[in-house]
Amino acid sequence: MTAVDFRPPGFENNDQKPIGYGRMLRKEDARFIRGKGRYVDDVRLPGMLHLAILRSPLAHARIVRIDTSAAEAHPKVRAVVTGAMLAERGLAWMPTLAGDVQAVLATDKVRFQGQEVAFVVAEDRYAARDALELIDVEYEPLDPVIDVRRALAPDAPVIRTDLEGKTDNHIFDWETGDAEETERAFASADVVVSQEIVYPRVHPAPLETCGAVADYDRVSGKLTLWSTTQAPHAHRTLYALVAGLPEHKIRVIAPDIGGGFGGKVPIYPGYVCAIVGSMLTGRPVKWVEDRSENLISTGFARDYIMRGEIAATRDGKILAIRTHVLADHGAFNAQAAPSKYPAGFFGVFTGSYDLQAAYAKVTAVYTNKAPGGVAYACSFRITEAVYLVERIVDRLADELGMDPVELRLKNLLKPEQFPYKTKTGWVYDSGNYEPTLRKAMEIAGYHELRKEQAERRARGELMGIGVSFFTEAVGAGPRKHMDILGLGMNDGCELRVHPTGKAVLRLSVQTQGQGHETTFAQIVAEELGIPPDDIEVVHGDTDQTPFGLGTYGSRSTPVSGAAAALVARRIRDKAKIIASGMLEVSVADLEWRKGAFHVKGDPTRAVTIQDIAMRAHGAGDLPEGLEGGLDAQICYNPENLTYPHGAYICVVDIDPGTAKVKVRRFVAVDDCGTRINPMIIEGQVHGGLADGVGMALMEMIAFDEDGNCLGASFMDYLLPTALEVPDWETGYTVTPSPHHPIGAKGIGESATVGSPPAIVNAVVDALKPFGIRHVDMPLTPSRVWEAMQGRPQPPI
Amino acid sequence: MQVSMIVNGEQVSGEIEPRLLLVHFLRDHLGLTGTHWGCDTSNCGACVVWLDGEPVKSCTVLAATASGHEVRTVEGLEREDGELDPVQRGFTECHGLQCGFCTPGMLMTARWLLDRNPDPTDAEIREAISGQICRCTGYATIVRSIKWAAAYEAARREAATADASSNGSAS
Repeated sequence: MTAVDFRPPGFENNDQKPIGYGRMLRKEDARFIRGKGRYVDDVRLPGMLHLAILRSPLAHARIVRIDTSAAEAHPKVRAVVTGAMLAERGLAWMPTLAGDVQAVLATDKVRFQGQEVAFVVAEDRYAARDALELIDVEYEPLDPVIDVRRALAPDAPVIRTDLEGKTDNHIFDWETGDAEETERAFASADVVVSQEIVYPRVHPAPLETCGAVADYDRVSGKLTLWSTTQAPHAHRTLYALVAGLPEHKIRVIAPDIGGGFGGKVPIYPGYVCAIVGSMLTGRPVKWVEDRSENLISTGFARDYIMRGEIAATRDGKILAIRTHVLADHGAFNAQAAPSKYPAGFFGVFTGSYDLQAAYAKVTAVYTNKAPGGVAYACSFRITEAVYLVERIVDRLADELGMDPVELRLKNLLKPEQFPYKTKTGWVYDSGNYEPTLRKAMEIAGYHELRKEQAERRARGELMGIGVSFFTEAVGAGPRKHMDILGLGMNDGCELRVHPTGKAVLRLSVQTQGQGHETTFAQIVAEELGIPPDDIEVVHGDTDQTPFGLGTYGSRSTPVSGAAAALVARRIRDKAKIIASGMLEVSVADLEWRKGAFHVKGDPTRAVTIQDIAMRAHGAGDLPEGLEGGLDAQICYNPENLTYPHGAYICVVDIDPGTAKVKVRRFVAVDDCGTRINPMIIEGQVHGGLADGVGMALMEMIAFDEDGNCLGASFMDYLLPTALEVPDWETGYTVTPSPHHPIGAKGIGESATVGSPPAIVNAVVDALKPFGIRHVDMPLTPSRVWEAMQGRPQPPI
Repeated sequence: MQVSMIVNGEQVSGEIEPRLLLVHFLRDHLGLTGTHWGCDTSNCGACVVWLDGEPVKSCTVLAATASGHEVRTVEGLEREDGELDPVQRGFTECHGLQCGFCTPGMLMTARWLLDRNPDPTDAEIREAISGQICRCTGYATIVRSIKWAAAYEAARREAATADASSNGSAS
């Protein structure tokens, strides 16, 4: 046995080495397992300085005076910058992705605890931190607005006094669906169930915090910025708009990213501070936030208070759903969602069901909390939408005395209804829901579980079974409907096949662990027959890749995956013409078998893609009118979103003495259409399921009444470890997307979206003997205990 | 102050501030950026290295404390001839990593576990890595990765025993 090839028993089939789709080990792993990944904090440039940010200890206060003289006198300090200094340069405020403005450094007031007030650039990290202590800020405390329910009270302090004429904390009201039609459906219903459902504020907390290294070259005027960004091209354009730098003089490099989950989509003040620091000092400047800074200031997620109502007939036909949402957007409206969708894609709250009517209204408000609102693998608020519908459908099942699975089976959309236009205007491209749910039930042994539950209940044990069924909408655009600050949501892809038949593929999307270097090589391999190992995938560098909006909202495979397939097909079309010349037959006489063109009827006469690549670059004539080379570039504008779906079943046990919830089993059956690399897909699902356990049971960014963040470290903001999660049981069905070139749908966020309701439904099911119908997340032992004592407490 | 220690088998030294953390000494002074920093509070384990053969969280160990001792980091896992440690292979084989940020710390704990317990159960593996956070994998593939390494090492041991006994009978 050779040490390199040997695999122990049971793992022989781990790497199927496909030329195309199939289980294949990741190309990118080689550097990570050796500690050779290169993350932003690993970038070290000659003469590099370090930047640290002074943050507000108060949630709402007027800045009276800032004295930086002692910090400036520190021997290792090279610059101290305040909001007033930025204001002189017109840089104190920057646009947010939602079209609001956000302070880079506070000038007039601080509006949340942790807001950026000043920064120091010093010779090393520790000195920069030391100097922060030497800055003296005098604050005049103001009353904070913390409880979102009170933000619109007439006497509530106005947070955004910087906005001209602003006299309240209201941001927007957004409506979807038909209120009157929905009211009629409710009026005709036998049964109406209403429930307030809170999706608390959580934080994506990638293990790598945010950071940047800015290197401004005063001679050439070129800015190179290494930064933790999921959207390097969009960031470059925004820096051009904010800083007034010409766009061709800005290069944004996203090196390896230590997890993003949406938290690295926005532009944070720290990035701008690093740029300013480098421009002021003429030296490279590194800024890396610490964990507390990450948790208290960068993009949070959720924070939706949803009043949900569902109407149905007595025999369990769902008629309509409506909801009013109070959305806490924090101190600045900085959520990252397509411009025309201020509540993200919350409009898919009708779920996977055939309804007569639906209506939602979302009221967004400012509070004295960190800005953000879309992050944590949420698919632009579909997480909230799915949680709402799947909780309230369970509430309805309880009201009707129906099994929650039976109620769902009765109301799921049927395959013949696709493409299906929902009552809120979304066109679900494809779906075959019932087999997915049946498969989950089969894996879980659903009916046996119910029997076991009855037996345990009789013994006083608290076992719960929770089900959820979700439909996701991922892969934004098309560009006519979807843009971010005017930038259309389409993505470019460039493919060059070199003379020897090796290739380089350049992508606009940006991996944060999703395995793009493998998956995208497999897509091209499937189309061209070039082995994935012969295809280099380049991403994360605006100077090296075509424009596109980046990776979030599970966009990569639906948008750039399509681009990669189509650019390969364009190459294949050209290769076919070259092959016809090489084989001296007409194009019509050629047929493609993966990797080579064959003469129809004479399979011995063939040229491989590698032969063709050499001819494309080599000496000798090409067919008339054909340019040399074998390169192509496209920009893919999706026709529609893709709509993956899934069915999840969770089994929990609750300790009646401590109220601690244990997730015993979790079954996830996902349908993301065509499956490119099943190993990577499963990994994406697993990660989302752990997120779901975290959100359902542990995670919350809470505040006290003064606006102090109570989740400001990993000692307070609890994330699941290996002990809190079970060994996931996964399955799949395949319903290809009809409009996607390879039929693939996004998968990156399905499990984060679908798992929290399954877990909460299981916990509520377990607590049925207590007469409990709903408990808000996170279902910590104390909260479950309170509910068991008849004192459920909604979070703030 | 002056510190000196053995890192991955090599004697190193440096002039540092007494408050310098080991993680920053390794990363910023020695350029060993495989060890990551993730949380400040010893919760995430991205910074796990070995100190005298025991896993420690290098974000809460002073470089001065490590002076005179032996440190092993992820860069010290691969053998000099380029052969990967079985735990490194296991993580690749079983998709035990995605973004790669927690991976070095996980690998160091995994190696430590298998050195003490060559055939751990799932529960023992989960317990061993429970001081570390992974935000990407949901842990199941990490457990599988460590089991892969255990199975690989068991098979190698078995083969070596068989080789030894066949050599013995030949001599």
